[in-house]
Parts: sequence; structure tokens; C-alpha cells
Amino acid sequence: MIETEDLGSLLDTLCPMYVLINDEGRIVQVGPTVQKLRPEQPMAGRRFLDVFELQRPRSVTEFPTLLSTPGARLRLRFQDQPQTAFKGLIAPLSGKGASVVNLSFGISILDAVRDYALTSADFSGTDLAIELLYLVEAKSAAMEASRSLNLRLQGAKLAAEEQAYTDTLTGLKNRRAMDHILGHLISTKSSFALMHLDLDFFKSVNDRLGHAAGDFVLQQAAMIMLDETRSDDTVARVGGDEFVLIIKGVTDRKKLDSIARRLIAQLCQPMKFEGAACSVSASVGTALSTQFEMPKAQDVLHAADLALYAAKRNGRSCHRFYCEFSNARQSG
Amino acid sequence: MHGLINRAIQSFVCATYGRQCWLQATQAAGLDFVEFEAMLIYEAEVSDRVLEVLCTELNRRKSEFLEDLGTYLVSHRNMEDLRRLLRFGGVTYVEFLHSLDDLSDRVRLAVSDLTLPDLELQEHSSAEYQLYCSPGLPGFSSVMTGVLRAMADDYGALVVLSNEERRNGSELISITLIESAFAEGRHFELGARKS
Repeated sequence: MIETEDLGSLLDTLCPMYVLINDEGRIVQVGPTVQKLRPEQPMAGRRFLDVFELQRPRSVTEFPTLLSTPGARLRLRFQDQPQTAFKGLIAPLSGKGASVVNLSFGISILDAVRDYALTSADFSGTDLAIELLYLVEAKSAAMEASRSLNLRLQGAKLAAEEQAYTDTLTGLKNRRAMDHILGHLISTKSSFALMHLDLDFFKSVNDRLGHAAGDFVLQQAAMIMLDETRSDDTVARVGGDEFVLIIKGVTDRKKLDSIARRLIAQLCQPMKFEGAACSVSASVGTALSTQFEMPKAQDVLHAADLALYAAKRNGRSCHRFYCEFSNARQSG
Repeated sequence: MHGLINRAIQSFVCATYGRQCWLQATQAAGLDFVEFEAMLIYEAEVSDRVLEVLCTELNRRKSEFLEDLGTYLVSHRNMEDLRRLLRFGGVTYVEFLHSLDDLSDRVRLAVSDLTLPDLELQEHSSAEYQLYCSPGLPGFSSVMTGVLRAMADDYGALVVLSNEERRNGSELISITLIESAFAEGRHFELGARKS
């Protein structure tokens, strides 16, 4: 049988985080790495359970009981600060009443190497601690690179959305596209009519039947507006339930009024969503480019807006033209 | 070619010759982008073209350019993470040299689709070593020569390096260790906190 002294030097090499304990539960010798954690307090001679707090198995409070559980996995931590946590394994030495506890940092290794400035010389050559530390750093660096790619992709997606000309829900043009087309028509001095259309009672459909029903209504409304206009007219969704229609080359009030009335009549037809009737209606205000000497996009839009409010004031499902002579009262 | 390799070239050029130089090179090489993404894979031909253009514009031999890239990867403060990963290889320069046998495996452990040529160190005496670089990534031994040179500084070792190409396409770096503790070297702690 090897002597305790020989055993100590053997363990120093093989597992520098061992604690050799005698039959009374006092520490006889500790590995160099364990002692390095408490350089000012020699551990030899102290009671094992005074230095280490046993967290598991919970049933064990006395040292002799610990000895009766050879091979048990222990969870320990220092009694004093910093309370570094350890995994441990106890093995009794046959015939001597002594035992060896081999310690490992387990997952607390990341903090331990920092708190105690450990180096690779503090770990046994077969310990995977260094590989673990390497892997943590390598993976963090790789993760950082992936994360920055994700951020850039997200930024690119937002930019693409911003540059998009389509309203994704309805497939209609969006406000950006509408601004662009309007600007083009004005700069080429083309004549056109601009209709501002607002769905009435849309909010109550949303509230009563949910957003899916609301989305359905918007999609149906979009189809109706596309059906009632020519392919080179513009239909844009410019807000939640607001639409702008640009009718190119038409300034005849009778024609425009009949378009608007057809639109309103179609949109007033109840729509069925999963068996439930969704009833909306529409109000329309129209402004003509010819109502302005020098039309500006902002002015034409504002004029159509005023006409829309006049239509709404008049009760729902109405169409009104902008009246350039009086912003307050429009003629039908 | 893995984005990390392209990104390394980009980072080296921007830090050493300026961003303008990089932008010109991407244009001259006919790239329709200016930023390589570290975690995407690119056609090897794209990387070759950029490298050719850079060497022409900077009027440098490719082997020299790549060796400087290797030095940059270890010594520049942008690349502190990489230096640390290499320092995990060992406590001394010689230990580090021996750890190079595992380099390609270590790299794969961190980034599974980044494949580097295998390296094999042969120790002829305690001062004479040869590092064999398997074929597969032309110029890799030039980069490694730069890495070995900068790592010697990092450990405070004094070495002489020479690099030759062999007939079978593999490349060979001869390392002569003159003094292992020539200078203080740079500090390394296992548990350094990121600042």
C-alpha cells in the first residue's frame, strides 16, 4: 500500500484539485490548485466541512455519513467568499479511514479562472478545462459574427421595405408609390382626378370580428377598387382604411361621379368572412388637377381630403367634389 | 471560400491601406458589393480575383501580402479575439507550435463549415521544426508564416522562419527557435474579461 506522502505527490500530478482527508474529517493535504484558491489560508489541519459547505447530497451533515456514500457525486462550495462552486467525488482509502475528494469547477470554471487568475498549468494535462474555455471564446466570437450578420440583414430588410412600392396586405400601391406617381403627373402637366376614399364602419368590423376579418375586408375592397378602375389608373392604400385613386386624363364630373357611386355601391355590398357578415361602406372626396392653376401634390391631396370630410358630414356613402371657391361648402 | 477568410482580407486591407483602397479593389474586381459577410460562403474565384487586384494595385508579391495578413491577424488590436484563441494553444511558443496539429480541428469546432488545411509539426531538435501545410488553400503557408512570426513576438520568442512550396502542392515552413524567452511577450490570462 502506498504511503500518504507518495499518494499526495501522485495526486499533485494527476489531479491538482484533490483534498486528502483523515478519518476525523480533517484535511491532511490539498492539491496545489485548491490551495491556490485560498493562498492566505493553509487548508491542511482544518476540518473539511469548515472549509467546504456541502450542498448535495442534502441528507449529509456529518462527515462520517459522507464516508458511507463512496462514489457519490458531491456539490460543494467554499464557506467563505467568493463562494466558488465545485463538483466533487469522494473515494475512501481502504484500511486507513482516510479518503480523497477530487474537485472540479464544473460550469463555474468561467468565473473561477477570472477570480483566481488560473493558468493552464493549474489544470491537469488531461483536463478539458482549457478546451472548454477555448470553445466558449471561439463560439462567442462566431456568434458575434452571426449576430452582426443578422442585424445587417434586418437593416437591409427594413430598407427594402421602405423602398417598396407595394402595400403587402392588399397588393395595392402604397403611399410612397402614390407620391411618386402624383409627382410625375404634376411635373408632366397631365390632368387627372384624385379621389380620397375612406371605408366607413371599418373599425367596428375590426373590433367585432377581429383583425383577420378586417384584413379580409381591406383585401376585398382593394379588389373592388381595381375592378372599377382602368389599369393605368392608380389605386393606393395610404392609411389603415384610407385609399387614394388617381384617375388619369379624366376631369369630367359626371363620369367621375358615376365612378365614385359605383365604387360606393360595390363596397356597400356585405362581405362574408367565415360565415359572418362584414358590412362597411365608403365615403369619397374628389379633387381635379384642373381646379388648380399650378397644381401641387400637397394641395390636390388636401383638396380631396376636404371633399371627403364634406362627404362624411353629409352622412355616409356619399361622394363630394372639392369646391375651390369655398373650402367649407362643396357642391355635389 | 468561407466569408471569414474574405472578411479577414477585407479587415486587413481597410486597417492597413485604408477603406478607399478596399473600395477600389472591390470595384476593380467587379464585385457588386463592398462588404464580405463573415458567416456566408463565397465562390473561391471571387476571393482569388480580389487578391489578384489588391496585389497588383499595391504592387506586392502575393506571398508577402499574405504574410502581412497573417501578422495582422495576430498582432492588430482588431483581432484580439483571434490572438486569444491561438494563445489557448499552449503556455510556451513550443507548446503553441505543437498545438498547430489540432488547429484545423479546433477551427471546425468553433465554425463547423470553415475548413483549413491540416498542419503537421515535425520536431527535428529542440530548436529546429518544420510545419507541413496540406494542399487545398494556396497561400495558406504564407499566412501561417505571418501568424508564426507574430505569435513568436506574442510569446517573446526569437525565431527565424522560411517558407517553401513543394512539388506535391503542399507547403513547408521551417522554424528555427533561437531563444524561447528572448523578450517579455504579451500578457495572456485564461479568464480575461472583455473590455
